[in-house]
Amino acid sequence: MASQRDIRRRIGSVKNIKQITRAMQFVAASKLKRAQDATLAARPYSEKLDEVLADLAAVLSGDDHPLLAERVGGKRLIVLVTTDRPLAGPLNTNIVRFVARDIIDNPGDLAVITVGRKGRDAMRRTGVPLEAHFATFGDRPTFADVLPLARLVTDDYLAETYGRVDVIYSHWVSTLVQRPTRLTILPIPASEDTEGIPGNQFIFEPSASAVLEQLLPRYVATRIFQAVLEAKASEESSRMVAMKNATENAEELIEDLTLSYNKVRQANITREMIEIASGANAR
Amino acid sequence: MPLLLEIVTPERLAYSDTVDAVNLPGIEGELGVLPHHAPLVSILGVGELRIRKGGAEESFAIVGGFLQVRPDKVVVMAETADMASEIDLEKAQQARREAERALEGGAHIDAVDLSAARAALQQALLRIRVAERRHREGPRHRG
Repeated sequence: MASQRDIRRRIGSVKNIKQITRAMQFVAASKLKRAQDATLAARPYSEKLDEVLADLAAVLSGDDHPLLAERVGGKRLIVLVTTDRPLAGPLNTNIVRFVARDIIDNPGDLAVITVGRKGRDAMRRTGVPLEAHFATFGDRPTFADVLPLARLVTDDYLAETYGRVDVIYSHWVSTLVQRPTRLTILPIPASEDTEGIPGNQFIFEPSASAVLEQLLPRYVATRIFQAVLEAKASEESSRMVAMKNATENAEELIEDLTLSYNKVRQANITREMIEIASGANAR
Repeated sequence: MPLLLEIVTPERLAYSDTVDAVNLPGIEGELGVLPHHAPLVSILGVGELRIRKGGAEESFAIVGGFLQVRPDKVVVMAETADMASEIDLEKAQQARREAERALEGGAHIDAVDLSAARAALQQALLRIRVAERRHREGPRHRG
């Protein structure tokens, strides 16, 4: 049986770990609040862009802009959004597994751009050609942060380097549920004109094609931005839950250790008393 | 009939309220929108967006994006939108100096940085203009 001192030392180190995981849990919780707010705040913009695109779709056809046209064949680009930092629970494992499955299910020529170190490390091991890598965009990603990535993707697509672009990221459903999700951003999927006024009643200034020209790159950037925000909220959720579990486990461990500490202590006291008693008897 | 105005940017919903009229910078010049406007989709320029509501006036510095007008609703999808009263004049001036410094080093920076610096300068100047006008005139009230 371990000595009293050993057990005491272990209790000390588990307590230290508990303090750290607890602090991380609270940090993640406050970052989650911010990330969640940012995700929700960004939604109206992309919804409005969708509306305008739907209006445009009523007057223009898919051939009017190369970003809209379906392409046959061509290389597929995956933009993989993961985290830079570890200790985010099963989040990265899940998304890497999802990508692996996706690659097996859709064989063909492939390249990948990663956002976040975890995804890059995983992709390196698979040998899929890595076109570019971006660090995650800090705790508060801004729209301007994702523009270089969006421009890179759009330009390469227009140059016909790729026939299709998918973003794979963790969709934030709730604090407990984050779902790996694949979203095709290029070619831009056709949207339905669902709203009150049919698109063909709008006047377009300076012209429908000029509006489209401006709208499409922004649409791509918005979609990527949304994915980055969702991934951020997912990361903090997942980390918060993982750290909460770790803290609880540490508490349980401390309880177990304290119990065995007391047992050893009691055994020692009993032994000492027997020794004293037998010493006295021997006299 | 009230006119609902919504100003959205990629990062947030900046404004949502019913207004009497709104003036904004279209790509082909200043645009005034009153209720019952014909359906319109336009590219936005860089400039000041002015809202008239009751007797009061409120203004935003907006940069780029789109505008969708329906008879009862105006949606502004701007790259950035800063309410005049929220603009930090000092910060804007700081940004202006930085952008000007970047532009002075003209020969040494590449095209992307150059256009970024130009855009930053343009935005800083706009913010300063909008904030200063408000500072001079104060929030306007009409009888």
